[in-house]
Amino acid sequence: MVNNSDAAPGAAVIVENLTVVRGGTPVLDQLSLAVPRGRIVGLLGPSGSGKTTLMRAIVGVQVVKSGTIEVLGLPAGSRALRTRMGYVTQQASVYDDLTVRQNLAYFRRIVGAPASDVDRVIERTDLDTVAGRLAGSLSGGQRSRVSLAAALLGAPEVLVLDEPTVGLDPVLRVELWGLFRSLADDGATLLISSHVMDEAKRCDRLLLMRDGRLLADDSVRGVLEVTGTDDVEQAFLRLIERGEPDLRSTNETEAQR
Amino acid sequence: MTPMRTLATAGRVLTQIRHDPRTVGLLLVVPSLLIGLVAWIFTDTDVFSDIGPAMIALFPFIVMFLVTSISTLRERRSGTLERLLSMPMGKGDFILGYALAFGLLAIFQTAIAVSFAVWVCGLEIEGSLWLLFAVAVADALLGTALGLLASAFARSEFQVVQFMPVLVFPQILLGGIFIPRDQLPEALEIVSEWLPLSFAIDALQAVAGDTESTEWIVAKLLVIAAWIVGSIVLGSITLRRRTP
Ligand SMILES: Nc1ncnc2c1ncn2[C@@H]1O[C@H](COP(=O)(O)OP(=O)(O)O)[C@@H](O)[C@H]1O
Ligand SMILES: [Mg+2]
Repeated sequence: MVNNSDAAPGAAVIVENLTVVRGGTPVLDQLSLAVPRGRIVGLLGPSGSGKTTLMRAIVGVQVVKSGTIEVLGLPAGSRALRTRMGYVTQQASVYDDLTVRQNLAYFRRIVGAPASDVDRVIERTDLDTVAGRLAGSLSGGQRSRVSLAAALLGAPEVLVLDEPTVGLDPVLRVELWGLFRSLADDGATLLISSHVMDEAKRCDRLLLMRDGRLLADDSVRGVLEVTGTDDVEQAFLRLIERGEPDLRSTNETEAQR
Repeated sequence: MTPMRTLATAGRVLTQIRHDPRTVGLLLVVPSLLIGLVAWIFTDTDVFSDIGPAMIALFPFIVMFLVTSISTLRERRSGTLERLLSMPMGKGDFILGYALAFGLLAIFQTAIAVSFAVWVCGLEIEGSLWLLFAVAVADALLGTALGLLASAFARSEFQVVQFMPVLVFPQILLGGIFIPRDQLPEALEIVSEWLPLSFAIDALQAVAGDTESTEWIVAKLLVIAAWIVGSIVLGSITLRRRTP
């Protein structure tokens, strides 16, 4: 197996030979990958491919069987990382019986961010008009934005977002990708999962996953070139047919940018 | 663990409950209503004066156990616990925050239940009313602490409700309400001497009848306190940041 993490010294996240077993079956199998700093990396794969499990492992809330994960040079799950990472779980993890503002005010105190951060993240996620409403009374899209807003508190350097755009209307989706891009421009590293392949083109790099293994770890352009298509869904199929993953180190593909 | 995060959590739990007036209402008056029902059932007998103190131990204990275990379990299942544990949240902050919030509710609930039993249902208390109140509050806190512990081992609401018969019912059956504990078969009597609810019932009955010294009652109170602290410590130890 190609080990691309050696070639990524400045990576925000380095995963090596990660194996995770859930409910008696291996969900991730000897996975190695790297997420470069300041980039948006899309983690794409069908439902059940292990995206959430990988993200949980990177955040440090998943029991792992073997392998190593380093985030910002520290072992995943280190205490020091807890203020430097933001994690948005797949289901909006907010308190339905608190208002948007109360939710954020509470998480702000846990993170230890300044009080002004609440207004900042409300504004960034466009929640001003619903800030006083109970989270449980919001639409699915609004609730997931509250969940995202909570992860932005304290301006973390690494954001791990599990399917943040699922079920959103297209206008909102474009707006959110605009937000992700501006966060990356400010220097944050974003790992964003999705099972919708057409979100891939908005990312800098792609991790294509299937059945707990990587089909690709490459730039978007790289994946399309290798597979000779202009469509990520097609590329996914061709990589399965090819039977050999497209794992090109960050440096190699960075040079092409 | 930091006081700031513990207090933030307690405040958050109380704010959540405040948004649900029906739960607050049920929490505060249900034990009193049940005590009232028992008093009514035994109107023409003098049974209530015997078992009344035990009822003060029983109903707040059960209600607090259920409410606490279900609300922490909800937190597990909604993903908010996972989020909190990925943040700089101490495990002790979480458990203690809940204990403080529900402990405060337990004080109000117990005050209402004791007042109702004494002034409305006419339960006669020979000893100190303050001591009765202290033991009753400790007992409701015990329900909260055991509820926190139980939710650590439950995977679903269904399982939490099953913990009631497992953890709570034997304590009720062996607590001396149905038959004085010294008349139990020997093995059961030994078991009953270790169960925390037995201490609470003994202490409440002793205060009601003024049959024991204050020191004796305070000793019982300390044992209950030890159980509370033990459950809270065990509850935070069993909380896992990493889950399978
Ligand atoms: N709590 C769990 N216990 C056992 N197996 C699980 C658990 N959660 C997920 N799995 C299994 O792990 C695999 C990957 O799941 P997941 O990481 O959620 O994938 P994805 O996020 O890509 O949909 C699936 O086969 C799923 O059935
Ligand atoms: Mg998932």
